[in-house]
Amino acid sequence: MWRIAVRLRLILLFAALAALPYLLSYSQQEIAVLLVINVLLVCSYRLLTLTGEWSLGHVVMMGVGAYASALLTKRLGVPVPVSMLAGGMIAAAGAAMLSFPLFRMKGFYFLIGSFAAGEIIRLIWKRFTDPFGGPKGLKRIDAFPDIDIGFLEIDFYEPVNYYFLALIVVSASLYVLYRIERSRVGLTFHAIHWQDRLAESVGVDTFRYRTLAFVIASFFAGIAGGLYGHYVGAVNPTRFGVDQMVYVLVWAIVGGTATLHGPILGVVVLTVINEIVLRGLGMDTVRPLIYGAILILSVLYLPDGLESLGPRLRARLRRRERDPAAAGGGAA
Amino acid sequence: MSGPGEQPILEARGLIRRFGGLVAVDNFSFAVSEGAIHGLIGPNGAGKTTTFNVISGFYAPNGGQVLYCGRNISGRKTSALAAMGLVRTFQGSTLFQELSVLDNVRVGRHLTARAGFASRLLGTDRPSERVADARARETLAFFGLEDLAGEPASNLSHGHQRMLGMAVALAAEPKVLLLDEPFTGMNPQETRRMMSLVRRIRDGGVTVMLVEHDMQAVMNLCDTITVMNFGALLVEGAPEEVRNDPAVIEAYLGAAADSGAGHAA
Repeated sequence: MWRIAVRLRLILLFAALAALPYLLSYSQQEIAVLLVINVLLVCSYRLLTLTGEWSLGHVVMMGVGAYASALLTKRLGVPVPVSMLAGGMIAAAGAAMLSFPLFRMKGFYFLIGSFAAGEIIRLIWKRFTDPFGGPKGLKRIDAFPDIDIGFLEIDFYEPVNYYFLALIVVSASLYVLYRIERSRVGLTFHAIHWQDRLAESVGVDTFRYRTLAFVIASFFAGIAGGLYGHYVGAVNPTRFGVDQMVYVLVWAIVGGTATLHGPILGVVVLTVINEIVLRGLGMDTVRPLIYGAILILSVLYLPDGLESLGPRLRARLRRRERDPAAAGGGAA
Repeated sequence: MSGPGEQPILEARGLIRRFGGLVAVDNFSFAVSEGAIHGLIGPNGAGKTTTFNVISGFYAPNGGQVLYCGRNISGRKTSALAAMGLVRTFQGSTLFQELSVLDNVRVGRHLTARAGFASRLLGTDRPSERVADARARETLAFFGLEDLAGEPASNLSHGHQRMLGMAVALAAEPKVLLLDEPFTGMNPQETRRMMSLVRRIRDGGVTVMLVEHDMQAVMNLCDTITVMNFGALLVEGAPEEVRNDPAVIEAYLGAAADSGAGHAA
């Protein structure tokens, strides 16, 4: 029964997602593409936070994927889908190497260390014009190749088509992330988060598992970067700076990180507020201010994130059903 | 395996551990024979917990050696020691508080439920996970916690939390189990129950070494007791020898003249 209900809900969700672009204007479709890519970015970030470590270099890892995939196509003529996958793997390899210095630290020190490591990578992009294009970055990145097999023609310059491509890649990635979390690997990540010394004492190599989480998270960030680069057609060091990272943090914190859908809620709600409400009202310049206010309000009044809203409401309703008189007192 | 005759399963030789200018463990030696319940006692600040942390790999020793089955294991990582069969517990309620009781013990089976990353992803680790689950439930039943399997660990009473801490360690299938103050905060009834469990664990072939303050429990339970004072070995022997040793009595009670000063410090 439960499984059928979940499946039905998933089918409805995908139907809605499939219908969505046809309800949007052209520019909104473009935003929808970026939103789907950002969903993968923030969900991959959540996998790292399962181990209890918060990085400030995640967007830079996305950039590593974007730069790597762009350069592979531009310089070596690698076909785009292959280069995207390779971009993810290069980001993962970078994370594996960075683990050795970074996971000598924990908590706040790791946070700052990851920030420094990210800045070093960004400085390398800025400093070495060949091959990274310096501060201006890379332009005219190859687009995703059109599919043309007679009856089926798909032009990925069209945002609608790229939206579906991104949706497929991101859904598959989210499924993999879900499987990882549900497996013993996910259990071990949680264990390291809550009590790393105890985990270590029963044989968990905490360094290896933290590295594993960082590598997987960076792989999917790299994939998101590849999707981004070949869609927008240009990447530069500023695009992957710390202000972008702050947005990822805000999405994750406002949405909540206890469930897979928490950060998705965060990024979707904040993007909708940002694009529809703020841009509609012509308040684009106050965006950081509004984001800051939302962050503060959610930390104060919704510390477990948007994901906790549903269960909270349900619990309150159930209490009201059981005992209408006590509900008012209980809520106060 | 271990050598013929009397080779101890766990041994410290001239162990030294300093923190800045403080020498917490000072040229300390002891030997635990296989199949024993071995107590490590001493007044507060004697260096027992530091010794435990050195043996279990949380600190590297500044000098001396730790030998396990005759091999030098000083300075090895805790997880590597667990893989060799040397597993410790912690003081207080050090648990995965937010995980369920069963999941706590499942983490304990980390080493025995091995599978590659791909098989985790594809779900082909299910047979080995099912075995791990069954074993975890057996371990819970051993400690009388099977009815609480689905509860979050944080909901358990203190006594049950201590049991669960030991269940997590036992799930790792140790050869030597290091218990850090297993009876602290327990009422006499719980202590008696825990003592009988420790005996049963030993009878199941696990060597036990424990640090404990509850003198009565230590005297009743242990085959051999090592007494530490000021980071060094004071006395080692059977409980009745240790109990009547004048040096031990002085270390605990102090000479009449300076007992007040000892308390103030």
